[in-house]
Amino acid sequence: MIALLTRDIRLAMRAGGGFGLGLSFFLIVVVLVPFGVGPQSALLSKIAPGILWLGALLACLLSLDRIFALDWEDGSLDLLATSPLPMEGIVSVKALAHWLTTGLPLVLVAPVLGVLLNLPEAGFLWLTLSLALGTPALSVIGTFGAALTVGLKRGGLLLSLLVLPLYVPTLIFGAEMARRGAEGFDITTPLLLLAGITCGTIALLPFASAAVLRVNLR
Amino acid sequence: MSLNSLWEYANPKKFIQTTDRVLPWVAWSAALTLLVGLVWGFFFTPDDYRQGSTVKIIYLHVPAALMAINAWLMMLVTSLVWIVRRHHVSALAARAAAPVGMIMTVIALLTGAIWGQPMWGTWWAWDPRLTSFLILFLFYLGYIALWEAIENDDTAADLTSILCLVGSVFALLSRYAVNFWNQGLHQGASLSLDKEENVADVFWYPLLVAMAGFVLLFIALVLMRTRTEIRARRMRALLARERMGA
Amino acid sequence: MMPDLGKYADAVLSSYAVSLVLLALIVWLSLRRSKRIKKELEDIESKVKSHG
Repeated sequence: MIALLTRDIRLAMRAGGGFGLGLSFFLIVVVLVPFGVGPQSALLSKIAPGILWLGALLACLLSLDRIFALDWEDGSLDLLATSPLPMEGIVSVKALAHWLTTGLPLVLVAPVLGVLLNLPEAGFLWLTLSLALGTPALSVIGTFGAALTVGLKRGGLLLSLLVLPLYVPTLIFGAEMARRGAEGFDITTPLLLLAGITCGTIALLPFASAAVLRVNLR
Repeated sequence: MSLNSLWEYANPKKFIQTTDRVLPWVAWSAALTLLVGLVWGFFFTPDDYRQGSTVKIIYLHVPAALMAINAWLMMLVTSLVWIVRRHHVSALAARAAAPVGMIMTVIALLTGAIWGQPMWGTWWAWDPRLTSFLILFLFYLGYIALWEAIENDDTAADLTSILCLVGSVFALLSRYAVNFWNQGLHQGASLSLDKEENVADVFWYPLLVAMAGFVLLFIALVLMRTRTEIRARRMRALLARERMGA
Repeated sequence: MMPDLGKYADAVLSSYAVSLVLLALIVWLSLRRSKRIKKELEDIESKVKSHG
């Protein structure tokens, strides 16, 4: 399993693996927002937590179809399926690799981009924490979506359509936590709910993703 | 009816025979009930003293909203039956119900917007209920799109039923998340949507008839569409066999 | 016969119109597909039978 993890990460880091694309996308979204809504710093600092969450979510979405697509094309997914590893384990490792190569970098650059959007000082810690807590859920949910559409040609658009509604609760609690943190309110409730969603999806969703993948590999 | 005899209708042929027999009755009673309920509601109910004549929209809005949710529940149950007992009719019934449920969601959203305009002065408010219905609509879209995208019938049935299960959990989560989220935005709800509360009898009886009409219409549509899906599936199987034999 | 809808006539009438059109649309689409598939299936079944 660890070998699989390191292999996935290495593949993603290599040129053409898509590593960095998500980050660049995140950067561009954040840079474009002031062009869309105007440069007033009061407005920007008010919407900064929401924009940063949305940007991270979209950047995450962008790289989802790579989770299984390459392995599907060269047949190594079939090999993995016949290996002694349980399918649930494979799916979890894939989600973890996706988080390490996409989610974690997003979490790390989010505070830097927060400066661009004039994020209030109190918000930096909570924004980073909320993203760190929420992005694993995004990766796990996204892995489920990627498993659903793995065999399809032009599955990318369908993948977004399937995954985005599933992202709603995570986005709501994550952005709410970041916003409350930025405005100096109590963040306990959204923090607990966000953590609950992340733990719940990590614990349960791999079973659904594995079932889906088995159907697709049939 | 005992459970044992219910499974008999899981046989596609039997299902088609029964549907052929039952469908005209269901369809006509649906049309009749719907007509009675809507005509009663539109022509023979008084105006509400606060809402004026807009209260007449209730005979469309509430039944449509009810069926939008019930259609998803039905899809959830039939998906479970497909996963557990692998009856093709069950999976196809879920497929048949989805577009009907989506139309009901659209009707509920549109009538709600038209109703909201004069009452609250806005077409759309990010009220928890409205938002949940919008999210439900997105779930319907994704579910239908997944059915359309996959060619193999059994694979499509498997994947969509798992999506339906996972989607149900997330739809429920979203419902609570949205409640929480709006509370967080505007301290306390500014709009009350609890129409069901204290509905006077004059409005309640025609509403009941209209709801019965929508339920019957839904059943009729699902029976007919499931029959169509069974035939389409048989047709694809025959064509495939033809190609293999030729 | 037409009830007096007062100043909300537009809202009430348009919501009835929109809903009835949508309901008619789904009924019509379902009926059309039902007829088409039934006919196609019958064609294919007769063809398969004639093949033996």
